[in-house]
Amino acid sequence: MHIVRDTPLPQAGKAVGIETLGMTMRFGGFTALDNVSINVPAGSFHALLGENGAGKSTLVKCIMGFYHATSGSLSVDGREVSVGSPKDAATYGLGMVYQHFTLVPSLTGAENLVISRAVVPAVINWAKERRDLAAFMERMPFKIRLDRKVSELAAGEKQKLEIVKQLYLGRSFLVLDEPTSVLTPAEADEMLGVVRGMTQRGELTVLMISHKFHEVTKFADAVSILRRGKLVGSGKVSDLSTAEMAAMMIGDVKLAELDSRLPVVEEAAPVLSVSQVSAPDNSGLKTIEIDSLTVRSGEIVGIAGISGNGQKELTEILSGQRPTDTGTVHVNGEAYGATREETRRNNVRFIPEEPLQNACAPKMTVSENLAFRTFDLKPDGKDAIWLSRGGMKKRATALISDFKVKTASSASPIAALSGGNVQRAVLARELTGAVDLLIVSNPCFGLDFSAVAEIRARIMRARNSGTAVLLLSEDLDELLEMSDRIMVISDGKLVYETPAMNADIGVIGAHMAGHH
Amino acid sequence: MDDSGIGIWGVPLAIFSGAIRVSTPFIFVSLGETITERSGRINLGLEGTLVFGAMTAYAVAVMTGSPALGVLAAMAAGAVFGTIHGWICKWPKVNDIAIGIAMMQFGLGLAFFLGKSFIQPVAPKLPSIPLGGWASSPQVQAALNINVLFFIGAALAVFLWWAFKNTRVGLILRVVGDSTDAARAMGIHPDRIRLLATAVGGALAAIGGAYLSLYYPGSWNEGISSGQGLMAVALVIFARWNPIGCFLAALLFGGAGALGPALQSVGVTQGYYLFYAAPYVLTLAILIATSSPTRSLAGAPGALSLTK
Repeated sequence: MHIVRDTPLPQAGKAVGIETLGMTMRFGGFTALDNVSINVPAGSFHALLGENGAGKSTLVKCIMGFYHATSGSLSVDGREVSVGSPKDAATYGLGMVYQHFTLVPSLTGAENLVISRAVVPAVINWAKERRDLAAFMERMPFKIRLDRKVSELAAGEKQKLEIVKQLYLGRSFLVLDEPTSVLTPAEADEMLGVVRGMTQRGELTVLMISHKFHEVTKFADAVSILRRGKLVGSGKVSDLSTAEMAAMMIGDVKLAELDSRLPVVEEAAPVLSVSQVSAPDNSGLKTIEIDSLTVRSGEIVGIAGISGNGQKELTEILSGQRPTDTGTVHVNGEAYGATREETRRNNVRFIPEEPLQNACAPKMTVSENLAFRTFDLKPDGKDAIWLSRGGMKKRATALISDFKVKTASSASPIAALSGGNVQRAVLARELTGAVDLLIVSNPCFGLDFSAVAEIRARIMRARNSGTAVLLLSEDLDELLEMSDRIMVISDGKLVYETPAMNADIGVIGAHMAGHH
Repeated sequence: MDDSGIGIWGVPLAIFSGAIRVSTPFIFVSLGETITERSGRINLGLEGTLVFGAMTAYAVAVMTGSPALGVLAAMAAGAVFGTIHGWICKWPKVNDIAIGIAMMQFGLGLAFFLGKSFIQPVAPKLPSIPLGGWASSPQVQAALNINVLFFIGAALAVFLWWAFKNTRVGLILRVVGDSTDAARAMGIHPDRIRLLATAVGGALAAIGGAYLSLYYPGSWNEGISSGQGLMAVALVIFARWNPIGCFLAALLFGGAGALGPALQSVGVTQGYYLFYAAPYVLTLAILIATSSPTRSLAGAPGALSLTK
C-alpha cells in the first residue's frame, strides 16, 4: 500500500491535535480495543481513564504505531494519516513518555538527549552540543543537570528528563503514561502544572493515562473513559464528578469494603522493634540507618518514600537477605535473624513487592507455591520427609476458593495467573494461620480496583485481629487509607513520623523529597 | 651465578619485558570482549576464536610469506566466528553463554583439524621495534625490543575509551548494552548492533591469536594457547568494562605470568613452577576482593546476561 504524505509536518513548538475514528484492535479472538473514537484538539490536556486491561495502552500504542489497528483510522490536525511505526509517529510530532523510564541509566542526560536524535554526527563535538543544550534548556520550564548519569537522578528528575527529551526531539503531541506514579505529590503537581501551562500556551497537546482522579480533575480539560476495550464515557472534566468517573471505570462491580478500624490498644505489645540498625546499600556507597522502628500488635505502620530511598534494603534486612553492620532486630522480644525456624516460631509473614519474582517460584504450580510455608511440616508440627501431595492439593483448593484466586486449576503454573491473582495467592499463603507480624511492600502496585479493595480489606482484617503490619508503599493515598502511623524514609533514614489521622500530605511530601 | 652482570635485577626486568610480551594477546582479546560485552552480549567462544586466529595467521604467513597478511586473514576468520555467534544468539531463547562454549570447542577442533599440516613449516615473524639501542646490556636491549602489535593494542585501548564517549557508534553501543528497550524505542536494532559488536570482538581476539603464533611463542601447535581467551573474560570484569582498565589489567596479568620464567632464569630451582599459576591466583584474588554479596557490580552493562 502506498500512501502519499500530504499532511504538512508539524512545526516544533506548535501543538497538533489528533482524532481516532472507530479504532479496533484484535489479538486473535480477543478484542482489546472495540470501536474507540476520541478527539483530542490541539492545545488540550486530555485524560484517558480506565482499569488495567481496559485498553488504554492498546489505544495509545495504536496511535504511536507500535500496533497496527485492525480497523479504524487516525487523523492528525484533521487529516487522516497512516502511522506504521513509532518513527512515522515521530514525523507527525507524536511522542510518548512511558511509565517505565526509557532513558539509558549509564549514560548522562546530555548523552541520552543527543543519541535519541534522528541524526547524530559520527563524531560528537561535545563542546558545541553542550552549548546548544544549554541554550535549549534556557527555554525549558524544568531545570535538570544534564552532566550527571541518569542512574544518579531522582525519579522526579528522570520523569522531567523524559518530557524534556520529547520536547528536544520536537514533539508537539505527547502521550504521558501514568507520569506521576513515581513522583512525590509536590513533584507531580509541579510537573503537571508546567505541562498544563505549555498546553494553555498552545505549544503542546497532552493525552495523559492516569488513574488518579485528583490529577485528572485538577489538570485535565477533558476525559475519555475506557472499560473492557470500549469507550464508556467522555466529556469535559468540569461536567463530571469523581464518583461518576469511577462508576464508568469499574462498571457494576461491587468492591470489598474495609472493616472499620478497631482502635489501637495503648498498651499493645511491640511485635517488631528495630534499633540502631545500619547496613550498606546495593551500591555500597550509602548506608541504611534505621534508628528506631517499632510496630505494635494491632496497628499498621506505613513507610512512605520515593522508590530507591532504602525501602528495598529495609525489607531485605527484615527478611534476612541483607547482613547488617550494627544494631538489633527483635520480634516478640527475642533477637530475630529471619531463619525459617524463627520465622515460624514468631509467625512472621512477608509479602514482598513484585510477588511473582520475589515470593513465588514462577514455574511451579499454584498448589506448590501455596505450600511453601508448610510443605516440610507434618500436621503434628514435626519435620516431614515425604511431601503430602494430597494434603497440599486439598489445602490449595480451600485457599483458592477462600481468597477468590482465579486459576484454571491448582496444578497450573503460578506464572500463568494475572498479577492480581498472583497477589491473592501470595496473600492466601501468608495470611493463613496465626500471623503476629506481616511485612508488606507495595501490595497493590499495578492491580485493578477490585483486587486492590480485596487486598486492602484482607490486610485491615488481619490488623483488626491483632497482627502487627509494616506496610511499605510508594502510594501515599494507600498509606493514608490504611495506616495508623506513617513514617517517611528518605536517603536510607526514617526522617519523620506522624499519626495517619490528620496527617499533612504537604509535610510528608516535603520529607519524602528530602527537605527536612 | 650468571655472566650478564645484572644479577637479581634480572627478575624485575624479566617481569617488565614479560608483561609486555605476554600481555599483548590479553590486550586484544579483552578489548574485543569489552566491545562485545558493552553491547550486552557475552562471547565465551573467544578462546576458540583465538586459537583459530593463531592457526589462520600462521598458515597464511607460511603460504604468502607475509605475517601482516596472516594477521588480516586471522581478523577475517575471527569476524566470521563472531558473526556466527551473533547470528545464532539473535534467535529467541538462545543462551549466549552456552553458544559461546559450543563455539569455543568448534573453533579449537577446527583449528587443530585444519592446522595439522602447518606444525612443521616455519612462518615469518611479526616485526618488532628495537627501542633499546641506547643500552649496553643485551638483556635491556632484548626487553625493549617491543612488538608492533603491543603499540597498536595500547593505541586501540585509548581510542576505544575515547570512542565510547565521543562517537555515535560508541554511544549506540552503550545504549544497546544498557537497555534493550531503550534501544528499541530509539529505533535501533539491538540484535544487529550486537552481531556487529561480536564480529569486531572476534576479529580483535583473532589478532591476539596471530600474535601468539607469529611472535611469541611464535610457532603453531595444539598447545599454543594457555587459556588467554577465557582469562580475558575475567579480565574484562575486573577492568569494569573500561578499555584502559583492560590494558592495565592485561599488563598486570602479563607481569604475573612472567614471574615463573623469570625466577627460573635467575637460578631459582625449587618451587618456581608454583609461580606459573600466579596469573590465575591473581584473577581469583582480585575477583573475590572486588565482589560483594550486598553490592551490585558497578559499571556492568545492564543488558548483559551475566549480571541478570
